[in-house]
Amino acid sequence: MAPTIKLSAKLDGNVADIKSLMFHPMETGSRINQDTGNTIPAHHITQLIFTNNGKQVMVANFSTAVSKNPFFGFSFAGAKVGDTLKATWVDNLGETDEIETQLV
Amino acid sequence: MKITRRMIIKSSLALLTLASLPRLLMAAAWPQKTFSASAASEALTVLLGTDVTTPSDKIDLKVPEIAENGAVVPVSVTTSLENVESISIVVKNNPRPMAATFEIPPGTLPKIATRIKMGETSDVMAVIKTSNGIYSASSEVKVTIGGCGG
Repeated sequence: MAPTIKLSAKLDGNVADIKSLMFHPMETGSRINQDTGNTIPAHHITQLIFTNNGKQVMVANFSTAVSKNPFFGFSFAGAKVGDTLKATWVDNLGETDEIETQLV
Repeated sequence: MKITRRMIIKSSLALLTLASLPRLLMAAAWPQKTFSASAASEALTVLLGTDVTTPSDKIDLKVPEIAENGAVVPVSVTTSLENVESISIVVKNNPRPMAATFEIPPGTLPKIATRIKMGETSDVMAVIKTSNGIYSASSEVKVTIGGCGG
């Protein structure tokens, strides 16, 4: 499967500036398929978790109101070159994906 | 070696500690109840224990004045408030007002950016929980085309 997460990390001193982009439909569960008249079932990321060298630095809890192909950015202090940043998402159907990158 | 009652208790305690370790490393559960609430006040009460927030000019909530496409509304929140524990984004007129809530551990800056869906023109609220209280800032976004319907 193609990676579903794009992750960019920029170090400024000991502060890491993180930008992430997920590829996910983020279906609300309230849309109707115009051809069949059936409701399109909800399918959305629930949690996006970031760890740096195994330490949790962010837990983002998403509702269906986060846009399709979610973008999320944040920053944390205490980062240094060589740290391993990991992003993991889980969705309401139990699907999951993760990506790791080294801070440079 | 004789097996004493004390040894059994000790080893079972050690096992319990081991078994509970992975749980400690895991994130708190996804707060389903706040996301299913159909009113902003209910969503806040479920999440934070109260819907009373103190308006604060130390919160910088950036949203567009007019969103041509309600399916993709950029939102960013930063604050100079200290000891921030969480940041939540609430869209008052959405069918489910709680859009997202972010847990901020010590060391992480109180600064987030994302994109949300808005069904119609609404106040967008940033609600920030610190160790001292619950603060908020609010701004209206006019939506030209709603982003929740099909």
